[in-house]
Amino acid sequence: MMGHITGVPDTVIELALVALAVSLVLAFVRLVRGPSLMDRVTSLELIASLVAAIVAVYAIGTDDPALIDVAIALALVAFMGAVAFARYAELRERP
Amino acid sequence: MTDWPATIAVVLGVILCVLSAVGLVRMPDVYIRLQVASKASSLGIALLMLGVALHFGELSVTIRALLVVVFIFLTAPVAAHVIGRAAYITGTALASGTTPDELAGAYDPETGRLAGLGDRLAGEEAGGELPTTDDTGEDTGRR
Repeated sequence: MMGHITGVPDTVIELALVALAVSLVLAFVRLVRGPSLMDRVTSLELIASLVAAIVAVYAIGTDDPALIDVAIALALVAFMGAVAFARYAELRERP
Repeated sequence: MTDWPATIAVVLGVILCVLSAVGLVRMPDVYIRLQVASKASSLGIALLMLGVALHFGELSVTIRALLVVVFIFLTAPVAAHVIGRAAYITGTALASGTTPDELAGAYDPETGRLAGLGDRLAGEEAGGELPTTDDTGEDTGRR
């Protein structure tokens, strides 16, 4: 993880990745516990955001700007997923 | 040598992301969880992208980081609104402390459309009151 001569310290990057991994576990707890379908959709939305955050931190850590495109694609797909889930849950109520 | 601005932005962004995950577990109902899951995490990602832009310091990377921020700030409120609306229509329970349920009876069960404020005020002038949770029978099994 050596990059620029000036940069974000490797320790900060590693601690940030650990903290974000713990957040992923917390979001997963909500995904499992529910209780409603919409809780799970909310949790999936947050998981996508957290993965985008992990990708951003990893891009800084590895000095690879190409990874930012991954974050763009993730944000896009997650939004589509959440809207589709909500739409169909709503339509199921009134056939 | 430490790049202090980028480091501070990354640390603050990560703290906000962690807080939003903690809030998702701790908050009492879907509607409050939506607040933490959309607002805190979009601000956290914005700060992380600021950190990315400061770290690389190139125009192309800055533009792409800005694109992520703009996209998230446009879509996160829309997604939260759509999820909250679907949760209300599918009858997800509110937290017990939410006393005035001002949406009670406001959604048309046939079409799923929200009765306009004008319609509701007209109903009020015609002698009725705005529907509240405890004086209508329309609040069916929502607790």
